[in-house]
Amino acid sequence: MGQVAFAGVSKWFGVRVDGRMQGVQALKDISFTVENGQIVALIGPSGCGKTTALRIAMGLESASAGRVLVNGREVRGCGHDRGIVFQHAELLPWLTAEQNVMFGLEMKGMRGDTLRDTARRYLDLVGLADSAGRRPHQLSGGMKQRVGIARALAIDPEVLLMDEPFGALDSQTRETLHGELLDIHAGTGKTILLVTHDLDEAVLLADKIIVLRAGALQQTINVNLDRTGLDLAEMRTQPEFAQVRLRVWHALHGTPTGH
Amino acid sequence: MSSSSETAQITPIAQPMLPADLVKPRMTLPRWTITALSVVVFFALWEILGRDVNPVFGSYPSAIFLAFIDIVRDGTLLPAFLESCKSFFLGYVLAIVIGVPLGLVIGRFRFAEAALGIFVTAGYAMPLVALVPLLVLWFGLGVAVKVAVVFLMSVFPVTINTWIGVASVPKSLLEVGRSFVAPGHVIMRRIIFPATLPYIMAGVRLAVGKAVVAMIIAEFFTALSGLGAIIINSANNFDTATMFVPVVLLMVMATGLTGLIGMIERRVAPWQSELSGRDSA
Repeated sequence: MGQVAFAGVSKWFGVRVDGRMQGVQALKDISFTVENGQIVALIGPSGCGKTTALRIAMGLESASAGRVLVNGREVRGCGHDRGIVFQHAELLPWLTAEQNVMFGLEMKGMRGDTLRDTARRYLDLVGLADSAGRRPHQLSGGMKQRVGIARALAIDPEVLLMDEPFGALDSQTRETLHGELLDIHAGTGKTILLVTHDLDEAVLLADKIIVLRAGALQQTINVNLDRTGLDLAEMRTQPEFAQVRLRVWHALHGTPTGH
Repeated sequence: MSSSSETAQITPIAQPMLPADLVKPRMTLPRWTITALSVVVFFALWEILGRDVNPVFGSYPSAIFLAFIDIVRDGTLLPAFLESCKSFFLGYVLAIVIGVPLGLVIGRFRFAEAALGIFVTAGYAMPLVALVPLLVLWFGLGVAVKVAVVFLMSVFPVTINTWIGVASVPKSLLEVGRSFVAPGHVIMRRIIFPATLPYIMAGVRLAVGKAVVAMIIAEFFTALSGLGAIIINSANNFDTATMFVPVVLLMVMATGLTGLIGMIERRVAPWQSELSGRDSA
């Protein structure tokens, strides 16, 4: 069970320009909802505030105005009801893949046999059961990100927050992980808020796409792609894929859609 | 072409794909052989050139070795060495025990950094030699003053390195801790400390040299004792060869200790040398 609601969220940053402090508004009165079990993509060019929005939802930063509700509870700091996947995985380099997954679980208070078993189960879920004993520098970029996903999922959060999780990967690895994420989503039914700058990624994965431009919510686009039993290549051939992709493209570039 | 000759052709191509052949490293001289060779050349040159120098102004390895045998035989070296080691290790260990936590606290907490950082920075540049007479007034002429001098000389590199280490822990790793709701002491113990460990070990390594110098200074300026006394006494007698015995001995000891610390570092922070891809000596 997981529902995320942004209610009029704004964020100002102080930035020093030529020795003087200036207020910069990163987010302007953002409101949207991620329903239980949905995948929602926050898309926009760099600097549009999408990562800031995700960090506020995680509790790593606070909103200057407005609030984020997770299952009706206001977000105040980090909590085990949310699991985050960072852009560069951010595994602890001195721990093995398994220990990295265990770290999150230990913070939740899990001990003993259940701890190891749970970590194994989630490494297995992301296809890394054989690499449990490897340290991060012995893993490829895609494998590191899989461990990052396993670490976030293992604490069984109500919402999974993903900050451009595939942005640093090569296109083939990215495609593979897209497929795996859809499988994991189908298997666990997790609510996912995904930040991305990749148009195709947003359309392929999300049920709803929130387009941000310069900190403001530009448009909300629902995606009705039929994903049942289809692989990513087949999804791309659907007319819905092309249409939604075009609408998001127009929203990103601020041009009228022609509809 | 028949199919059997095709397989015969394929086999030699498949052969080099054996993992053992693929992972075989390029042939290079091991580091220790280069170091050993360099040391041998150094001592050979010293021996050859040193023989032409007036024995008051200089000495050479074989003369130093004979002097070494002499003072081992007459029983002056061993007690002096142990005496020096006592103040060295007490002061050095105390510097680590106090310097590491101090550096962690200064690096972690803004208030501690603002309040104490300036003393650590200034303390590192403290002209300790000038303060030894004062320290003698405080601690007397016994082992305590020597421990104090060694401690004061080696605590600052340890503290400063630890502090720099904490300051350079990536914010993103701290956010991993925060995201999984790790309490402050867990973030300190399980993220900041391991991430800082390579810096701590570098400081602990630098402190060896500082501590050796401090130990000799302390022995010069207080009650003449230990290896410092052998240096002073033989220098006063123009016995340069004997004076070199403790000097060389201390350098050998410091080098050995540094190597030992390097080994400990690879044990406690193995990811570091693997990350940088260096096999440090």
